[in-house]
Amino acid sequence: MIADDGDDGASRQLSPEETRRRVDASLRRRYRAERRFRYYGLCSVCLGVIFLVILFGTIIGNGYSAFRQGFVQLDIHFDADVIDPDGGRDPDVLSVADYSLLVKAALRELVPEVTSRGEKRELNNLVSAGAVFSLRETVMADPGILGRKRSLWLPLNSEVDLWLKAKLSGTDGDGISGRFSARQLGWLERLLADDRIELQFNTAFFTNGDSREPELAGVWGATKGSFFMLLVTLLLSFPLGVAAAIYLEEFARRSWWVDVVEVNINNLAAVPSIVFGLLGLAVFINFFGLPRSAPLVGGLVLTLMTLPVVIIASRAAIKAVPPSVREAALGIGASQMQMVFHHVLPLALPGMLTGAIIGMARALGESAPLLMIGMVAFIVDVPSGPMSPSTALPVQIYLWADSPERAFVARTSAAIMVLLAFLLVMNATAVWLRSRFERRW
Amino acid sequence: MNSAFKSLILLLGTTMTAMLPGAAWSQTARSYISIVGSSTVYPFATVVAEQFGGTRRFRTPKVEATGSGGGIKLFCSGIGVKYPDIANSSRAIKPAELRDCAAHGVKDVVEVKIGYDGIVLAESVAAPGLKLGLRDVYLALAKQVPDPTGKQALVANTYKTWKDVNPQLPATVIEVLGPPPTSGTRDAFVELAMEGGCESFPWIKAIKEKDEDRFRQICHTIREDGRFIEAGENDNLIVQKLKANAKAVGIFGYSFLEENSDSVKGSLIDGVAPTFENISSGKYPVSRPLFFYVKKAHIGSIPGISEYLQEFTSLKAMGEEGYLADRGLVPLPAAEYKAVSERVRQLVVMPIPG
Repeated sequence: MIADDGDDGASRQLSPEETRRRVDASLRRRYRAERRFRYYGLCSVCLGVIFLVILFGTIIGNGYSAFRQGFVQLDIHFDADVIDPDGGRDPDVLSVADYSLLVKAALRELVPEVTSRGEKRELNNLVSAGAVFSLRETVMADPGILGRKRSLWLPLNSEVDLWLKAKLSGTDGDGISGRFSARQLGWLERLLADDRIELQFNTAFFTNGDSREPELAGVWGATKGSFFMLLVTLLLSFPLGVAAAIYLEEFARRSWWVDVVEVNINNLAAVPSIVFGLLGLAVFINFFGLPRSAPLVGGLVLTLMTLPVVIIASRAAIKAVPPSVREAALGIGASQMQMVFHHVLPLALPGMLTGAIIGMARALGESAPLLMIGMVAFIVDVPSGPMSPSTALPVQIYLWADSPERAFVARTSAAIMVLLAFLLVMNATAVWLRSRFERRW
Repeated sequence: MNSAFKSLILLLGTTMTAMLPGAAWSQTARSYISIVGSSTVYPFATVVAEQFGGTRRFRTPKVEATGSGGGIKLFCSGIGVKYPDIANSSRAIKPAELRDCAAHGVKDVVEVKIGYDGIVLAESVAAPGLKLGLRDVYLALAKQVPDPTGKQALVANTYKTWKDVNPQLPATVIEVLGPPPTSGTRDAFVELAMEGGCESFPWIKAIKEKDEDRFRQICHTIREDGRFIEAGENDNLIVQKLKANAKAVGIFGYSFLEENSDSVKGSLIDGVAPTFENISSGKYPVSRPLFFYVKKAHIGSIPGISEYLQEFTSLKAMGEEGYLADRGLVPLPAAEYKAVSERVRQLVVMPIPG
C-alpha cells in the first residue's frame, strides 16, 4: 500500500485483478534482482579463481625448474701433494687448501685438448665456483680419502644449468647458447653425449643458506630463520594475548579505562607493520642492545604486530562460551578463577588457537618490519638459534628477486612455493584444530 | 579433552620459561663479522664473504646493503659487538663522518681501497672509433635535451645520428646497447656519464642546487624511443651484439672490454681512452673508486677480521686476475695494490680531521 502513496485518494481501493497484476510485476522484478545478484556473486568468485590460477600458474611455471639442477660427473683425484703437502693431516691446513686445483685437473682429464690459458679459463668456468666447497667438506669429513680417486657429481655453473635445461626441453631459452663460445658448446655437447652431465634433484635448494652462486643458493637458512621468529612470536603473543583477553572479558569491571584499552587494541590491529619495525629498532636494538638481524628481535617485533589480533580473536572465543556454563560453575561453588580455568578456557581454547595461527600466518608473510631491524642481509650460515643472524622467507624472496643472475628468477618462484606451502600447512592446522576440538551448542 | 589442553598449556609454559634466559641474555660476544654499506660494493663483498666462509675456519660474515651513507652512520655509532665491524662505501668517507665516528669513540678507522668501478662505451674493432665528450653522451641518450636553438628549455630528444649531436662526429645512426635499470652498471653510468654531460649546461647545473629531484629527472632519464636498447643484465651478450653490428655502441664494465679486446674497443671519452692506467689513475671520467672501512678496535675481539682483510686484499680476490675482476671490479694498478695491501698489513689508521 505504501507504494501507492503517490496516487490520489480515489484509487486507494484496488480491484483484485489489479492487485494481482502489481504483485506479479513486482515479483518478477524481485526474481530478476535475485538472479542478477547471484550472477554478480558468481562472477566475482570466477574472477578471483582466475587470478589465483594465473598467480599459481606463473609461480609454478617459473619455479618448477629450480627443483632440478645440472651436475657434472668428475673423477676427482684427491692428491695429497696438493691438499696437504706436509702430510700432517692438520685440519687447519686441510681447510685452507686450494681445492679448485683438483677440479681443474679432473676437467683437464675429460677435455685433454685444452692448452691455452684462455681455453682453460673457459673450461673451468663451466663448473660451479661452489664445487670446491663440497670437495673441502668431503675431505674435512674423511681425511682418509687423500691420495685416492673418487667419482663425484659436482654442480654446474648456473648458466650451464640454464643451457642444459633449455637443451633437454628442446628450446633455446632466450638464446642462452649465445653466452657460450663455440668451444664451450662443443665440450658440453660431448659431455652430454657421454652421460657425464645430467639433471638431478636440487637438494642444495632445501639444505643450504643463501649464496651468490644460484646453483648453491637454498632456502633452509631463511626457513629456519622464519621458524625461530615464529616460535618467539607464538610463545610470547599466545600466552600474553590469552591472559589479556581473559582479564578483559572475565575480570575487568567496565570503566573508562577498560574502554580506552579496548579502543587501542582495535587500533593497534590496524597499524601498518613497518611502524612496528621502527619501534623494534628503537626499543629492542637501540635501547635493550639486542643484536641486529636476530630472529629473536624479529619475533619480538612480530609479537607486537600479532598481539592485538590474538587478543581480539581470544575475546571473541571467550564471548562465545554460553553464560550458563559460567553460572553453573559458580552455582556449585567454584571461585571466579576456577570457573575460568576449569570451564571457560578449555571451551574457548580452539577458537583462541585458530586466531593465533591465523595471526602467525600473517606474521610469516611479513617483510616490511624486518627491513628496519637488519634482517635483509646476505647471510650464508644456517642460523642455529634465535640469537644467530638470519633472514626470513619473504626477505629471501625479495633479495633473490633483486639479484642480477638469471638463474635466480626460477629460484625466486621456487622460494615463493615453499612459503605458500608453509602457509597452507599452518592454515590447515587451524582448520583441523577447529574441527577437532570445537564444541557447538 | 581437558587434560589435552592442560598439557598443551604446560608445554607452552615450560618452553617459554626455557626461552627466557635466552631473551635476557644481552649480547656479549659475536662470532661472525658484521658488514654494512654500499649496494655497489655489496656484490663484491658478498662474494668475498662467501669465499671466506667457504674456505676458512670462520663463519661467513653477514653483509647488509644499507647504502654508503647509512652504512657509515651505523659503523660510526660506536665500539662494541652491537656495531658493525666494516662499512662498504662507493665513495671516500667524508671528514664530517670521520669526526662523527671519533665523537662516538671510533677513532681508529682503516681505509681499504678495493678497486674501481669503470664503465666503458665500446664498439666493434671494425668501427672507425668514436671520440665522444660527456656532453655528447648525454645529448645522444637523454630522454629530454636542451633546445638546440639555445633556449633554456627542454625538448624531446630527436637526434638520430651522432652528427646531429655534434657536427664533428660521424653521421652514423645512434644505436646504444646498455644494461637495464636494475643493473649497478646502469646506475654508475647514469651518475657519472649522463650527469657529467648534463652539468656542462650551466642552467641545468643551477637546477641541481634548487631542486635535486628535478635535476635527477632531467639528467638520469634515458630515452625510450629505441635508440637506447636494453640488452639484459649480461654484459657478454652486449659484446656479442657489438661483434655483429659495427655501428652499435655498447655500455658495460671495464673488465669485459679487457677480456674481449680482440673484438671490441673502447671509445675515447673527453679524449681519454678507457685503459687500465687511465681508469685507475682517475683520468677516465666514467669511473669511481670503491672502498671499505674497518674498525681496528674490533680486530682481535671479533674473530676473523684480519683474515677477512687478508682474503679481500689477496691477489686471488683483488688482483688483476682475481675473482672480483670476474664480477666486474676494475682492480687497482700494481703499485697502488702493493701500497694498499701494505697499509692493510700494518693497519694504518686514518687521521681524524680537526
